[in-house]
Amino acid sequence: MEYSLEEVMETVQMTLYHNFDIRTVTLGINLKDCINSDLDIFKKNVYERVSGYGKKLITEASKLEDKYGIPIINKRISVTPVALIIEACVEPDAPVQIAKVLDIASKDVGIDFIGGYGALVQKGMTRADERLIDSLPEMLSSTERVCAFLNVASTVSGMNMDAVIRLGKTLKEISSRTENGIGCAKFVVFANAPEDNPFMAGAFHGVGEPDFSLNIGISGPGVVRSVVEKNKDCNLTELSEVIKRTTFKITRAGELIGRELASNLGVPFGIVDISLASTNKVGDSVAGIVEMMGVEKMGAPGSTAALALLIDAVKKGGAMASGNVGGLSGTFIPVSEDSCMNEAVRVGALSIEKLEALTAVCSVGLDMIAIPGDTQASTISAIIADELSIGVVNNKTTGVRLIPVPGKKAGDYVNFGGLLGETYVMEISAFSSKDFILRGGRMPSPITSMRN
Amino acid sequence: MYMTKDLVFITVIGKDQKGIIANISNAVFKHNINIEDLNQKIMGGYFVMTMLADTTDSGITISQLKEELSQIEARMGLKIQVQHENIFKAMHRV
Repeated sequence: MEYSLEEVMETVQMTLYHNFDIRTVTLGINLKDCINSDLDIFKKNVYERVSGYGKKLITEASKLEDKYGIPIINKRISVTPVALIIEACVEPDAPVQIAKVLDIASKDVGIDFIGGYGALVQKGMTRADERLIDSLPEMLSSTERVCAFLNVASTVSGMNMDAVIRLGKTLKEISSRTENGIGCAKFVVFANAPEDNPFMAGAFHGVGEPDFSLNIGISGPGVVRSVVEKNKDCNLTELSEVIKRTTFKITRAGELIGRELASNLGVPFGIVDISLASTNKVGDSVAGIVEMMGVEKMGAPGSTAALALLIDAVKKGGAMASGNVGGLSGTFIPVSEDSCMNEAVRVGALSIEKLEALTAVCSVGLDMIAIPGDTQASTISAIIADELSIGVVNNKTTGVRLIPVPGKKAGDYVNFGGLLGETYVMEISAFSSKDFILRGGRMPSPITSMRN
Repeated sequence: MYMTKDLVFITVIGKDQKGIIANISNAVFKHNINIEDLNQKIMGGYFVMTMLADTTDSGITISQLKEELSQIEARMGLKIQVQHENIFKAMHRV
């Protein structure tokens, strides 16, 4: 036989017992050619484009699930940043009207989330950008499936602090208008946002992308955890090697499915995002891998080193397996969506400061963190500024998805439901940086950005 | 000349018992599927089997074949997977 029984069973067991799946296939769709000065025609164009391709995506992805026996958990769509396509619309509520069309089109064909309601404002805001930012509370409380993003900083442009000031207030308003502040779970603030990220809530179809692009996010914390478990006694050099080999295999599977799906849809294949993404399923946790490596609880001293080793091995295996690694390709440690992360918060092993430290190494941001509802807007802005500075200075992507939960204080339990999970509200420093944050302006780009 | 074949792996995990291979072979034969290779052993106390089958002449889809085998799966208390060969090639061969 061309394959040994052990090889075949390794693949089979990954899906049967270790939650190996394709986490998301995300079709990026250009909407610039849907623009029309008549808003009704514009909306009709958007509806037809999104629902037509959404339907095809779901049908073709399901066929491949059957063919390869590997579940594709999410089938999603990302679109051109909405602030760009509403520039010419005079109607004050044009952004929300477009969002509602995206919402209905997604619902009609069974797409659970659609990303791209956002703007790139790292250097400054156009009038359309401002309208879009102002509309975020309304949009996030009146639609179900539309995800929003804002890129407010980059290594080459620095950080738009005027936008950051605004976001502290915006997040509080979104939170007050949605149950448990859940609207904030559909909104990410970025530094160096990638244009081809397939993962929600921050996915959008960047301006450098073609008309369509099929991006795929593989996942396998469970698979990696199981190889770490099987290699209890090996040293860290050897451990890195076994993680690398496993990631190579799962990335190859992702690449195969991504390419075939793109070809069946008749669109170009974009990238494979090799990020390890947790779910709340038992054993499908990134923090669980770190703990299996020998760190008692995520957040304990050693966690940063362990996570650094883990993602380095993942990147090396992934880069060998695919020539198209892109998107975020880092570690996702969303607190509410990862059962071991939650437990670490509950027992006091993990603080927001440690989470920030992890992002300096490999994590892609402060993700799905519940904070007290009475946190000052300027403090929220300051947390965003801290996190994004790490991205700006280190030339990497960082994102922030904070959820101020109305009426809750540090230590309280909150359940967001479904995929978004449950968590404990984290403690935030009681000291203020208001006078610093409210200075506003633009933080200049770091000297390291001058590379020419 | 290289001919493209539609090869699938049928894998079985479960408690060892009489008739596993007989039942599965019968089901695939009924649909004009050719068995190219077959391997089985006891791993960690469980019976495991991998069957490489050529579905080129059969016209049956993978989901139809799964449906067919799910009856044996239920009757004999086994776990049966059907996956196209390409996934194994991608994961285990450079």
